[in-house]
Amino acid sequence: MTHTHTLPLVDRSTRASRVGLLLAVLLLMAAISTPWWAERSSQRLLTEFLYTLALAQMWNLLAGYGGLLSVGQQGFIGLGGYCLVVLGLQAGLNPFLIIPLAGLVTLLVAIPTALVLFRLRGAYFAVGTWVVAEVFRLLVANTASVGGGSGTSITKTVSGISAWWRESTTLWMALALGAGATLAVYALLRSRHGLALTAVRDSEPAAESLGISVLRMKWFVYLASAAGCGMTGALIFITKLRISPEAAFSMDWTATMFFVVIIGGIGTIEGPIVGTVIFFLLRELLSDFGSWYLIVLGCVAVAFMLWIPRGVWGLMAGRFDLHFFPVQRRVRG
Amino acid sequence: MNLLEARGVTAFYGDFQALYGIDLTVAEGETVAIIGSNGAGKSTFLRALTGLQTAARDSIRLAGQAIGGLSAHHVVSLGLAMVPEGRRLFPSMTVEENLLVGAYAKRPGPWSLARLYELFPILQERRCSPATALSGGQQQLIAIGRALMSNPRLLLCDEISLGLAPVVIKDIYAALPGIKAEGTSVLVVEQDVGQALRVADRLYCFQEGRVSLEGRPDQLTRAQISLAYFGI
Amino acid sequence: MSEWINTLLQGLLLGGLYSLFATGLALSFGVMRMINIAHGDFAILAAYAAIAVVEPLGLNPFVVLLLIVPLMGAFGYGLQRLVLNRTLGHDILPPLLVTFGLSIIIQNLLLVTFSADSRSLNVGKLGTASLALGGDIALGVLPLIIMAVAVAVLLGLQWLFSATPLGRAFRAASDDREAAQLMGINNRHIYGLAMALAMAIVAIAGVFLAIRSNISPADGPARLLYAFEAVIIGGLGSLWGTLVGGIILGVAQSIGLKADPGWGTLAGHLAFLAVLVVRPNGLFARTRDR
Repeated sequence: MTHTHTLPLVDRSTRASRVGLLLAVLLLMAAISTPWWAERSSQRLLTEFLYTLALAQMWNLLAGYGGLLSVGQQGFIGLGGYCLVVLGLQAGLNPFLIIPLAGLVTLLVAIPTALVLFRLRGAYFAVGTWVVAEVFRLLVANTASVGGGSGTSITKTVSGISAWWRESTTLWMALALGAGATLAVYALLRSRHGLALTAVRDSEPAAESLGISVLRMKWFVYLASAAGCGMTGALIFITKLRISPEAAFSMDWTATMFFVVIIGGIGTIEGPIVGTVIFFLLRELLSDFGSWYLIVLGCVAVAFMLWIPRGVWGLMAGRFDLHFFPVQRRVRG
Repeated sequence: MNLLEARGVTAFYGDFQALYGIDLTVAEGETVAIIGSNGAGKSTFLRALTGLQTAARDSIRLAGQAIGGLSAHHVVSLGLAMVPEGRRLFPSMTVEENLLVGAYAKRPGPWSLARLYELFPILQERRCSPATALSGGQQQLIAIGRALMSNPRLLLCDEISLGLAPVVIKDIYAALPGIKAEGTSVLVVEQDVGQALRVADRLYCFQEGRVSLEGRPDQLTRAQISLAYFGI
Repeated sequence: MSEWINTLLQGLLLGGLYSLFATGLALSFGVMRMINIAHGDFAILAAYAAIAVVEPLGLNPFVVLLLIVPLMGAFGYGLQRLVLNRTLGHDILPPLLVTFGLSIIIQNLLLVTFSADSRSLNVGKLGTASLALGGDIALGVLPLIIMAVAVAVLLGLQWLFSATPLGRAFRAASDDREAAQLMGINNRHIYGLAMALAMAIVAIAGVFLAIRSNISPADGPARLLYAFEAVIIGGLGSLWGTLVGGIILGVAQSIGLKADPGWGTLAGHLAFLAVLVVRPNGLFARTRDR
């Protein structure tokens, strides 16, 4: 009897992921249907949750997977928001159409930006991104036609759309961005490119020696993150209806992204989800305390960085070997 | 009492065990050599001695004092200095500055800048050059001098012949008697077995993390060494 | 014409202040390979500490420097040994993120303690005195003093690095951490001292900033950016480069401000980006960007 060789099986899913898939589908359906059964304020909170999640996934893609720490993503968020002013107020386009266009605009702006910034590495790159965001802010603040330093109201862009449609479409687009960002990162990581990204994160020289273009990966991640932040920025300011350079290009956006990802778990897909939940919980708890809320947030983030660097999800995933979004490949047999 | 006593030294890199209980002694004034193939654990052992690698407190004693697991800078102040593998000179500094850094943890003793310049005149000639501008052999002299500046009781030399031409290696080892004359004991790790046999009072051979042979060069045969070195 | 010369001179002297900010940053990066995002915030913290002490005790701000500088130095040592040393390793993320968190904490602590109103330190006539140089050209006395202090600090550091065992230990720890340990250098202690020194210098910068203009709790990040830009323009690893970088930044900002009130800071950022494009390693780089 001849002995036949079979290739070992490569398993992608885990039991947790199958359960997670079911949960996710249920949650998604519940979220889509909220305009019909939830209160306005809950709907707005969900919208905010979703766009915060989108931002966190974008930052996590850059820092956790791409190894590029950016403290300047607020530059693209702000630009996305100002697309509403230029394309909405001035060109009269439908605000929801502007969201994907904002992504395109920020992607195009990110190209020359990356050309300059990629001359820096590591910590220098990080501060460089901050400078670039500041340049965007100052350029906008000095442009009178978009409202200059004091900003402008953008309610005119949404006049003509009924409140219900506006709030619902905003929610659905936020869902598309939040869930979409999560799924897009997941899809990326399951692909060959994801494997390449992980290799680059683990060791750049080793990855290069295997033929992976580190520079190309960094470009890809940087541009994707810029576009994502741009689209989310446009969405955010549709909900706020007023924009100013200080609000649009505020460091608070980066502080939020940083907090969510660090506490949730950097370098994991589930991490930003967990982190966003904790962020909103903490905000509810501490909302009466003004600036102390930010101090507590900062202390918690620092404490996590020092003692629980893998975040809440990293801790749980490590302990229980839990993966809702499995990206490893397990060899069986 | 021996100057250095190592008993049952074990070392791990994560899950991988590199040393399986090394017993080794160096007496005051002795020159001891450790030979062995790559990966045998020689450098790991030196790292354990200097405190760059964790070890059990009692497993290493210097002049009777337990030093296992102490931090590297502490171990230097107790009288044990290493010439690291690859020399590791400070690239932003000149020859003289490199030597002076060696004196940071200065202990009382015969070694000083002047004494080193006497022993290695080429260093005095090039003392203001950037250290890395000198030839490989000269850099090795700087590295040795730098370690001597702290006036150690025991000098560890990790593969000082690596990458150097035989005639240069000879010149470097020619300095050894001068070092011994000042009362410094020496423990060398050497890939070059012939060189080790020439300079050592006693020899240890490491093989896959264990001591496979110990003895005086004049009492060991080629066959014994070969067996201990390769394990075949 | 003399207006433009005055603008240039103002920018030049402003460079002295920026150099003070930059030097502390360059020091902590040079020795520990760490960018302290809260660098500017520590300067503001020192300034507010000075303000808090000056009023009740009725002291001259320059005298308060003698108190604040050593205090901040001690604080820097403690911070490095207790918190920041834990973040050092191969990953660049932890020190950046921890100092980013510290930045948020400090800004908001200052906000709750002192409110968002801008404050300053009063030195009386010295604040506005100027030295007439003939024609319509004049040099502010205070900016001149700041420039002199900046140069003195640089001279002091140069002496420290080239002629003292501690300076050599700094350089050794910066070149090769492990080999430095083999020389008997206690890296953790050395890093603490480096941070103490950086903090002391940044405290001087902060106090002078408060004397020269108004400060408010959120002013830290902008100072970090100027410090960073000055270091990059000057070139990594070059001490005197930070002075040149600071001057170039100061001049760019002054010219920009003269052209249009909203363009001051922007001109500085653009000058930085221009240098980055043309000479990514700065003007006098001695170490390469890692």
